[in-house]
Amino acid sequence: MINITVENHVGERHLLDVPEDMGLNLMEVLKAYEYDIMATCGGMALCATCHIEILEGAEKLPESNDSELATLDTLPDADMNSRLSCQLRPDQNMDGLVIRLKAFHEV
Amino acid sequence: MITTDICIIGAGPVGLFAVFEAGLLKMRCHLIDALPVIGGQLAEIYPQKPIYDIPGAPGIIAEDLIKNLLIQIEEFKPGFTLGERVEALNKLDDGSYLVKTNEGTEVHCQVVVIAAGLGSFEPRKPAVEKLEHFEGKGVHYMVKKPEQFRNQHVVLAGGGDSALDWTIFLADIASRVTLVHRGDTFRGAPDSAEKVFELAGKGKIDLILQSQVSSLGGNGVLKEISIQANDKSIRTIATDHFIPLFGLSPKLGPIADWQLGVEKSAVIVDTADYSTNIERIYAIGDINTYPGKLKLILCGFHEAAIMMQSAFKYVYPDQKLSFKYTTVNGVNPF
Repeated sequence: MINITVENHVGERHLLDVPEDMGLNLMEVLKAYEYDIMATCGGMALCATCHIEILEGAEKLPESNDSELATLDTLPDADMNSRLSCQLRPDQNMDGLVIRLKAFHEV
Repeated sequence: MITTDICIIGAGPVGLFAVFEAGLLKMRCHLIDALPVIGGQLAEIYPQKPIYDIPGAPGIIAEDLIKNLLIQIEEFKPGFTLGERVEALNKLDDGSYLVKTNEGTEVHCQVVVIAAGLGSFEPRKPAVEKLEHFEGKGVHYMVKKPEQFRNQHVVLAGGGDSALDWTIFLADIASRVTLVHRGDTFRGAPDSAEKVFELAGKGKIDLILQSQVSSLGGNGVLKEISIQANDKSIRTIATDHFIPLFGLSPKLGPIADWQLGVEKSAVIVDTADYSTNIERIYAIGDINTYPGKLKLILCGFHEAAIMMQSAFKYVYPDQKLSFKYTTVNGVNPF
């Protein structure tokens, strides 16, 4: 179990217990904690509705693959610290990560 | 005005298969979709991805599933209104409905089926000062009539396929084309990217990389645009048009205003027949919710079959419905 801090859309931070051995990606973890993200495509790096910003710990993450980068390229609000949470699989290196939710469920 | 038995909002896989189930019961359908193409998410988000859990169609490519569904429903001659978003459902005195789109199209029907997936796909809007102020006055989220840009100054923004493709296309039409992109590479479409760099090299377009449009200016109509580089320096250039192309994102949109029971952006239905809290309005596929709901195409297919049996009584109030297998009765085209 590792810890990841999540900042929601109104700036509140929560410290989450995140299992690294259950085969979940970070998007699935966020959904399991009932954060209001759509994750439309279900984890194919295609829809960008699980877009997050890495506030602390970016240097410890694996690099984005081409499909993640291509999707991030299409976003109006992505920057150097943007990632798609569906492409990140929690492991020991992510202990202490701090992220902010960027995409959320728009009505 | 279009007249039909059943108006289906959403032309994704579930909306399409609903036409088949309606057709077996001799009910005609008209479909409306906000996207300009048929197929919903399968067309917009993952056309080339294989889907492994469609019964009897192992590993089918998403766009092939849509093609097959169109073949399957062809005999029931569905009507389509594409590129228009349903704005209002008006109940008439006899219980029937008049469905109205944002473009003024009207569909009169006995039953409304909401098969809208995650809602309608709307353009993603960048955070640019005064963007909405200039919508329709120089700001466009899609290119509908390229000719309107002839001999005009156009600024596009974005790094995906559509930004690249329209930059290339408009280079021959507009008097000046500028593409603004946050990064310095285009990863999605290497061929188009090469062409854009080539046009920029020849001076046919202006390519402004590592920059973002920050604000718009003009008196009533768009006149100028400010572009901020990643190093925070700002330049302002004159333009007639700004076309931000950052893809589409689904929104529940007007569905939220129709007095339907909604929970977490999904329409609550009764699993006996997938009816909503309003008579003659049903919801099937990803847009609905109920205990145990799974957002799977195959579940949407099942919901469509059950739902059409229930809708029959509104289309043929004087007839008794008898259930028949296609193996016994075949498919009787209209």
